Amino acid sequence: MPPAAGGGLAGSELRPRRGRCGSQAARAASRDVATEAATARSPKRPALPSSRRFEAAGRWALLALVTLTSFASRFHRLDQPPHICWDETHFGKMGSYYINRTFFFDVHPPLGKMLIGLAGYLSGYDGTFLFQKPGDNYEHHSYMGMRGFCAFLGSMLIPLAYLTVLELSRSLSAALLTAALLTFDTGCLTLSQYILLDPILMFFIMAAMLSMVKYNSCANRPFSAPWWFWLSLTGVNLAGALGVKFVGLFIILQVGWNTLSDLWHLFGDLSLSMVTLGKHLTARILCLIVLPLALYIATYAVHFMVLNKSGPGDGFFSSAFQARLSGNNLHNASIPEHLAYGSVITVKNLRMAIGYLHSHRHFYPEGVGARQQQVTTYLHKDYNNLWIIKKHNSNSDPLDPSLPVEFVRHGDIIRLEHKETSRNLHSHYHEAPLTRKHYQVTGYGINGSGDSNDFWRIEVINRKFGNRIKVLRSRIRLIHLITGCVLGSSGKVLPKWGWEQMEVTCTPYLKETLSSIWNVEDHINPKLPNISLEVLQPSFPEIMLESHMVMIRGNNGLKPKDNEFTSKPWHWPVSFAPQGLRFSGANDTDFRVYLLGNPVVWWLNLLSIALYVLSASVFAVAVQRGAHLPVEVEGLSQVLLRGGGQLLFGWMMHYFPFFLMGRVLYFHHYFPAMLFSSMLTGLLWDTLLRLCAWSLASYPLARCVHVLGILSLLLGTAYSFYLFHPLAYGMVGPLAQDPRSPMAGLRWLESWDF
Amino acid sequence: MLGFLQQPVMVTAEVNLNMVALTAVGLLSRLWQLAYPRAVVFDEVYYGQHISFYMKRTFFLDGSGPPFGHMLLALGGYLGGFDGNFLWNRIGAEYSSNVPVWSLRLLPALSGALSVPMAYEIVWELGFSHCAATGAALLLLIENALITQSRLMLLESVLIFFNLLAVLSYLKFCNSQKHRPFSPRWWFWLVLTGVACSCAVGIKYVGVFTYLLVLGIAAVHAWHVIGDQTLSNVRVLCHLLARAAALVVLPVLVYLLFFYIHLLLLCRSGPHDQIMSSAFQASLEGGLARVTQGQPLEVAFGSQVTLKNVFGQPVPCWLHSHQSTYPMIYENGRGSSHQQQVTCYPFKDVNNWWIVKDPGRHQLVVNNPPRPVRHGDVVQLVHGMTTRLLNTHDVAAPLSPHAQEVSCYIDYNISMPPQNLWRLDIVNRESDTDVWKTILSEVRFVHVNTSAILKLSGVPLPDWGFRQLEVVGEKLFRGYHESTVWNVEEHRYGRSQEQKERELELHSPTQVDISRNLSFMARFSELQWRMLTVRSDDSEHKYSSTPLDWVMLDTNIAYWLHPRTSAQIHLLGNVVIWASASLATLVYALLFIWYLLRRRRRVCDLPEDRWLRWVLAGALCAGGWAVNYLPFFLMEKTLFLYHYLPALTFQILLLPVVLEHISDHLCRSQLQRSLFTALVVAWFTSACHVSNMLRPLTYGDRSLSPSELKALRWKDSWDILIRKY
Repeated sequence: MPPAAGGGLAGSELRPRRGRCGSQAARAASRDVATEAATARSPKRPALPSSRRFEAAGRWALLALVTLTSFASRFHRLDQPPHICWDETHFGKMGSYYINRTFFFDVHPPLGKMLIGLAGYLSGYDGTFLFQKPGDNYEHHSYMGMRGFCAFLGSMLIPLAYLTVLELSRSLSAALLTAALLTFDTGCLTLSQYILLDPILMFFIMAAMLSMVKYNSCANRPFSAPWWFWLSLTGVNLAGALGVKFVGLFIILQVGWNTLSDLWHLFGDLSLSMVTLGKHLTARILCLIVLPLALYIATYAVHFMVLNKSGPGDGFFSSAFQARLSGNNLHNASIPEHLAYGSVITVKNLRMAIGYLHSHRHFYPEGVGARQQQVTTYLHKDYNNLWIIKKHNSNSDPLDPSLPVEFVRHGDIIRLEHKETSRNLHSHYHEAPLTRKHYQVTGYGINGSGDSNDFWRIEVINRKFGNRIKVLRSRIRLIHLITGCVLGSSGKVLPKWGWEQMEVTCTPYLKETLSSIWNVEDHINPKLPNISLEVLQPSFPEIMLESHMVMIRGNNGLKPKDNEFTSKPWHWPVSFAPQGLRFSGANDTDFRVYLLGNPVVWWLNLLSIALYVLSASVFAVAVQRGAHLPVEVEGLSQVLLRGGGQLLFGWMMHYFPFFLMGRVLYFHHYFPAMLFSSMLTGLLWDTLLRLCAWSLASYPLARCVHVLGILSLLLGTAYSFYLFHPLAYGMVGPLAQDPRSPMAGLRWLESWDF
Repeated sequence: MLGFLQQPVMVTAEVNLNMVALTAVGLLSRLWQLAYPRAVVFDEVYYGQHISFYMKRTFFLDGSGPPFGHMLLALGGYLGGFDGNFLWNRIGAEYSSNVPVWSLRLLPALSGALSVPMAYEIVWELGFSHCAATGAALLLLIENALITQSRLMLLESVLIFFNLLAVLSYLKFCNSQKHRPFSPRWWFWLVLTGVACSCAVGIKYVGVFTYLLVLGIAAVHAWHVIGDQTLSNVRVLCHLLARAAALVVLPVLVYLLFFYIHLLLLCRSGPHDQIMSSAFQASLEGGLARVTQGQPLEVAFGSQVTLKNVFGQPVPCWLHSHQSTYPMIYENGRGSSHQQQVTCYPFKDVNNWWIVKDPGRHQLVVNNPPRPVRHGDVVQLVHGMTTRLLNTHDVAAPLSPHAQEVSCYIDYNISMPPQNLWRLDIVNRESDTDVWKTILSEVRFVHVNTSAILKLSGVPLPDWGFRQLEVVGEKLFRGYHESTVWNVEEHRYGRSQEQKERELELHSPTQVDISRNLSFMARFSELQWRMLTVRSDDSEHKYSSTPLDWVMLDTNIAYWLHPRTSAQIHLLGNVVIWASASLATLVYALLFIWYLLRRRRRVCDLPEDRWLRWVLAGALCAGGWAVNYLPFFLMEKTLFLYHYLPALTFQILLLPVVLEHISDHLCRSQLQRSLFTALVVAWFTSACHVSNMLRPLTYGDRSLSPSELKALRWKDSWDILIRKY
């Protein structure tokens, strides 16, 4: 990708763009850049072809240099340490699942893990490594393919940021500064070197940002080939970002906002007819909504196609879904078709991501209804999900071969006995633990003998009384005989005493909602013949919807535990508090890697944000007061307000929403925001130094201010990287608390723990 | 000379009879039979407790809101001569004769009544007709939910009052900005805006949303002032400074003032002392102050101390030990050291006493002169009752296996040596030679052998540990966290028995009046922080609801039921008004977008001034609705229907605005206009009718028969209480 500066400007007929983004600003700024460049040439004046070629070659060389440095830094010592680090245990494992085609469940969308799996597959990893826990040695397994893939995407971040800043500011030095900040940030470096989703996510975010910025600069030539190219590339990258993690939503919002304001300006242009506007609108809908959506859905299609074997994620999904997976006992199921007394069954709630009716040998704590055995719903398959259907009035063993088989019919009064603990499903007039308007459901009685509160009427939805009850197909309700309430799950997560399983209640409101409808999934009855059952295959949209429900529930379930030290968003930009993440190793003899941003870079970023807000508001007020700025300053202020504004907005979009999130947060969630913040820093310092140089223009050597300033910033970050590089590349030896350690002098904050 | 007598003295008074009438009806509707029912209604039980605390000047901590609202209610009690003696424990309990019910409920009722004429003024100031203004006021007047809420000792109506006052005074300020900036009138309304905003925030935290809205609109207007090039730079600066002072600095000061008065009033120790830090407690009369008075300031070797954990979560507690030992084998099969348990105990107890010992000496008494303990000193802590030493070692703690067990060392003569040296680390030290001070110093104990830190893990131990809280030695985490920080609360210099007499004379301890040491700002910030972080039990309430239930009034709250008859009070709105207000918001949004798009294409349906008026009305009313409603979707606390009332008020203000706009601009012919007017009249009549029908549930004055009650249950989700005889 050549930095399209020269072509875009010289070639265009420069139709004024109603004050919208780049071109004006860029024109003004590039004039500034151009005058300063050694060739000293205005973009409109025809220049010597040789010098132009020379300049273009210089730009290419600089880009190549930046790219090369970033690849070198990311691939250096990539194989170290040769054991599982931190979350590699999850994502490596999930990559293996794809290679083994085993179904699993994760709270993130599948694209990132699919790519990891693909990289592993192509590099010859056979999916046999277990990825059990951090610290396990890889031994002979080939892990470099997966790490290399992540490091490749992680290295691409820097050229992408470089090009974005170049496009926004038209200034090579700003772009170079940004590239240096990111290359020399130990945090970015560490995060890019392991099998994680973050480099993939950040790659797509940055690529979307770059293509959006590029497409903004093409706005004066709508519907041209580059315009279409960048627009659709934006869409593709958005799909990628969302497909890796739901945090990708933030960049979608940013692009959406940019598109809206773009459309708004087009709409105000009276020279455009409604037909042209319609075309604009349609093009954006196609490229930014339809295309990403299609790609996003396509990743799921591949996901479900590849994962066709039963695995650890089965229980999270409905019975019908599980029947798709080979190896699951519902796949080509062969089970008794009709429910009979004495059958051992599992009962599954029809609402998505609720799970099986479950009980275990633990009581409700004091103060929560009656102190009887807990009944919950549980997503995993487990022996405690098994229940036996018994007649309400006899305790004789229905499996006695001398007795005839008796089927359960719609409207029968039954008792459900928990197989493992021999307690009956029971309800009474006590408040349910969380949903206070409902009644509590418990396990009661000893060895199957309880009281009349254990009786439930089993009903099939939309069937006549007396019909038999079918496994899987029948949608059943259990109605408590005495109170008349219906067994349901509220979907609320119980506190610690309930093992964070979900609440089961008996609701007195007889509304027909899915949460009070159940189906029978497993069915064991030796007296009945097994019949091969065709389970209704769910359609693809149903699968999509279901897996999203499960993911959202999973994400909401990631609540911080009591007394856990959790990371708070306001710790992040300062890398304050216990905010480094230990990637590998804890003791002084271990090989230690510690995720911590290069403090020089991070604190510079923080300072720059404050400085940016200050300088941007000064300019904004000056413009609003109608001050007449000199042309050069005007150009710089446009770069600062427009380009910088987009970057600041990106930073805010990727940072502030975390304050509202209730789930567990980690330090590495800040890195996408950090990318934007670094780009802003590059742009800001370059602009400010240019302003300085301009205001000192009457003095000799004024230009040196700019060059010297940029150079000292570059060298400063490089030196800080030299100091802090052991954090990322790994260190052995005494801990930093120990004054003997070489890192002792670098422990600037007491909370750092390397 | 007497020339002035040649002219008669003229007083010209313009009285807007509309306003007078509206005020009168408002007062009538809110004050009528105010003291009925003479029983605790719904949340009165909760506010009442706080009023009693104020009356007795006892300190309490309440996480639900800043103190101004409670103080206003307490003012009512003070004026009515309430002595605070009433047991607020049950909704429906009959008030005893010493409770001045009428004056307690007076302030909320007055604010509810005054909201009616204020609605009139707001719509008028927005530039709409008297007719629309009267309409808005009448709608507020007959809205049943607002009547119910203002007739009881609750805070929503006061909050609404200040919200409206903030908006109204800002509008007045805006309108005088056009004519005479910096006139007294201009200043008055500007300052009033700021004060009203901080009053709203001071009543409930949600008031901050209205404040932000007003601030936002003021910022946009200020931006226009900046852009006004007819003004000189100095003048622009004056404008900006005046706004910043009145809308930012002043509200902060007023907010601080509320806390100042609050702390001034509540000067006695009370039931919530334990949650606060020792220094804060010592600043209250009674309680800890009585205990700590006259105790030595500097901790010395030989001092006897109790150590309180600073974090105080889940409950405030003191370092504790007792005779019992850790069980040899835990439930999950892990082993322990079987040494004496060390826990954190939430009650005062003789076993909370520890003696600070110099490792180099054997004595447990304070030398003469006392040798103070300094930052960095190595100490041993001796448990007072059992004289065993605080110890930690490389044995996993009972419930937090990643951390070390803390015990009091018993020598079993096995190869497990004592490791009982602790280095003192004063966290809030000013220099490295600081002395360990009672109450004021926050200290950490760093274990010398393993560099573990003494920490409260907060997990309750099982039965063998008497459900006291676990204390561990934290090895991994070395950052600052309050659970690793302790402070000395009670303190005395240890004396051996035989020297008692002499030492009494010798140790005239350094006396310190701690309450003077704690500045108002320190007390304020601690109190505010505790108020924001105090954990409320977010259990679901029978009448709690979700924000989605509110827009169309799908829920209600039964406030009170007569003990014998079926007379009852419900928080139940006027369905017609709720539904049409929601509809009006929707219509406004659609019209706004439509106009906006057309203006962008240079098609101006409205003249410029009308358009600006329309935008401002929308920004204040629809915006006020949005900022007071939408944030509830993100809140995780238990929500009730009454949380919607501030939003509803703004929505109701929008209703006549939209109606007038439709009649003025969308009805093209006279005929259409007349038809529309007739429709509006019919609609308003039906609203009045509904209001009248629901009146028995609003005032609770009439007992309805079960069939009448059933007839009022218009929605299945409404919970109207029907007695079964």
